[in-house]
Amino acid sequence: MPHDTSTNYGVAEGGAKVTLDETKTILLVGVGGQGTILAGQLLAMVAADAGLDVKVSEIHGMSQRGGSVSTIVRVGQKVESMICDPGCADIVVAFESIEALRAQQFVREGGRLFVNDERITPVPVNIGVCQMPEGIDEKLAAIDATVIDAGGIAREVGSPRSTNVVLVGALSTALPFAETEWEDAIRRRVPPKTVDANLAAFARGRAAV
Amino acid sequence: MGKQLLSGNEAIAQGAWEAGVKVGAAYPGTPSTETLENLVKKPDVYCEWAPNEKVALEVGLGAAMGGVRSLVTMKHVGVNVAADPLMSAANTGVNAGLVLLAADDPSCYSSQNEQDSRHYAAFGRIPCLDPSDSQEAYEMAQAAFEISERFDTLVMLHETMRIAHTKTLVEVEGERVEVEPRAYESRPEKFVMMPANAVRRTLAANDREDELIAWAEQTELNRMELRDRNVGIVCSGALYTHVREALPEASVLKLGVSWPLPPAELAEFAAQVEKLYVVEEACTYFETRVRALGIEVAEPPAGRLPRSGEITPAHIRAAFGVAEPAHLSAAEGLPPRPPAFCAGCPHRLVYVELRRIKAIVTGDIGCYTLGAVAPFRAVDSVIDMGASLSMAHGMELAGAGERTKRPVVGVIGDSTFAHSGITSLLGTVYNGGKGTLCILDNRTTAMTGTQGNPVNGVTLTDQAARVNPLDVPAGKQLDLVKLCEAIGVDEIEVVDAQDAAAIRAALKSAVAHTDKLSVIVFKAPCRLLDRSRGPIPVIRDCRRCGRCVQIGCPALGRDETGHAVIDPNQCIGCGQCAQTCPFGCISKEA
Repeated sequence: MPHDTSTNYGVAEGGAKVTLDETKTILLVGVGGQGTILAGQLLAMVAADAGLDVKVSEIHGMSQRGGSVSTIVRVGQKVESMICDPGCADIVVAFESIEALRAQQFVREGGRLFVNDERITPVPVNIGVCQMPEGIDEKLAAIDATVIDAGGIAREVGSPRSTNVVLVGALSTALPFAETEWEDAIRRRVPPKTVDANLAAFARGRAAV
Repeated sequence: MGKQLLSGNEAIAQGAWEAGVKVGAAYPGTPSTETLENLVKKPDVYCEWAPNEKVALEVGLGAAMGGVRSLVTMKHVGVNVAADPLMSAANTGVNAGLVLLAADDPSCYSSQNEQDSRHYAAFGRIPCLDPSDSQEAYEMAQAAFEISERFDTLVMLHETMRIAHTKTLVEVEGERVEVEPRAYESRPEKFVMMPANAVRRTLAANDREDELIAWAEQTELNRMELRDRNVGIVCSGALYTHVREALPEASVLKLGVSWPLPPAELAEFAAQVEKLYVVEEACTYFETRVRALGIEVAEPPAGRLPRSGEITPAHIRAAFGVAEPAHLSAAEGLPPRPPAFCAGCPHRLVYVELRRIKAIVTGDIGCYTLGAVAPFRAVDSVIDMGASLSMAHGMELAGAGERTKRPVVGVIGDSTFAHSGITSLLGTVYNGGKGTLCILDNRTTAMTGTQGNPVNGVTLTDQAARVNPLDVPAGKQLDLVKLCEAIGVDEIEVVDAQDAAAIRAALKSAVAHTDKLSVIVFKAPCRLLDRSRGPIPVIRDCRRCGRCVQIGCPALGRDETGHAVIDPNQCIGCGQCAQTCPFGCISKEA
């Protein structure tokens, strides 16, 4: 009797195929609980549907307790390592501004950095053992970051928890997959009740870049 | 069924299920946990959480002896706990197939050390398979059962975090092989490990080792890939993919079987390449064994690989003199963002009060290990599951509390107590030990993702059916008070872990009674189980003393003037801050 694994999403056959000359590396960074894992899975689904090889590396466990988190997605004709070393990310999507600066060395020369314009104060700052960095906006501008008010957009479409999908919309503009493929992945992946809100969040994120 | 995007753990569950596995047993541990959580959701297979890894392996061995294919999963340090049955099972062999998944954690992403479990495979002389992606994990899970039955041996399936938690494409067959249970007949000469039998079984293991080496020489799980003959690299697992990434022209001997090694194939590879290198992480498992075969292992031309921590393609490039891609340097002066107790976490106030009484805390493994970091800095030791209680006893024997004028307090979580704390407590009572021990009963195994455990009574099957631990009838739960009474603890108290005053009073009383052994059960559900929210507290006339933020709540900060501020997005209205303000400026009611 065939049986599917419950957390898995099968690869859709018959979609438009995409060829990449080189493996692309997308690094998603944020704070535990911000939804980087879902964003990475949407990208992986779209790439797999397009006939590409995919690897998605996630960090589980202790760092999920409000710590810095990262998800690496690598897509291409044949993907070898699942790791992203400094200078190797074609695209970094930061779900939080300090985490964007923390990940700046991973962006390759000529790569893109998308940043959610949101600051989450780390506990060491709250308890007074560290300071918030000064001039975050200037620092992000200096490294050519594309800053998006993803949280604000998500609230505007009435779905604050869709901030991650707004960022997926922004990310989608830098990758060679059709808009309809992304929308299809969102429909298959998010809870049915939230499909419309997430599609709206995706469209607004796409338009924001 | 076509292609699916599966993590290594999901792929192993799928592979084991297709191989006809009937019984699964495990204690949750990152990065192994999702394997059984996925397997339990499939039909015609029974899975359970064991109290610890030793029990899990014994359950698996019993099931295999009884005639059905069984899978046991654990993290690397769990293999230490299971080492006793492992070393004897390595001699008894099996009846139906038995596979032990050992999941290692190089760089200690979620662990107290980064030991390499394959040493246990070599130690017990049991075959060890090492997948490099989820497709191989899926295939090797199936092969492992075949090998187990063909050679009558426990088999280790070994993975690292990067294999366990990386989703890659798998061509899934989806068809399960229905394996009939094997006949059971008593074979004491095989399974009763008294000296005469044990000696004979060791001789059988010697023969088996010879057969396994012959098999390793020809299996397709090992693969020689000859490209540039100047550089030949021996590697396995995730490192194979890193080598391919960093040095695509290099020749590679990919060892899908990491025990036993194939001596002739290694010698052949060495003869084919100018220089043979070993690329491995956090140990010299291969290097030592390859050298022992009389094969020269060269040092990488541009310097050695790191001796500890995860190895990435960048390390390999550096060691072999390949230029690093240009990139910005890391930003300086950023505040770190370490993991922290969640808003409303029931561990927080206990550590606030332990810090207040300047306790020497022998701690344990779980979310509550975070009591060791700022702002609490309230934990003196964290070693292994259960060590909190036994080490508190040892500290008492050393007279450390008396000499420092600080109370010694052992602190353990509910699941960890069931795992290895009960025997520690028994030892203290049996030997007349005194002191204060705290069980932080948050009704779940929180760190690994709120799994069931013997204390909350939620089984793995219940968990798959989404039973909330807070809904389990009392009769199914472990009564910690009755258990402690039966063991013979002098004083037992159950205290609400969200009530700062009650925590303070209980600790004060317990540490004052130095002639008694006191157990305090601090009870309140983990925030991941009880997501109810109260009203966001109101701050009035803040004196800017900063005491409230010293409870390390992620929702609580201070503005530029020092005034306390609550982040409404993160606050869940637990009121811990209101209990902490010394001036009563924070009120839970609006």
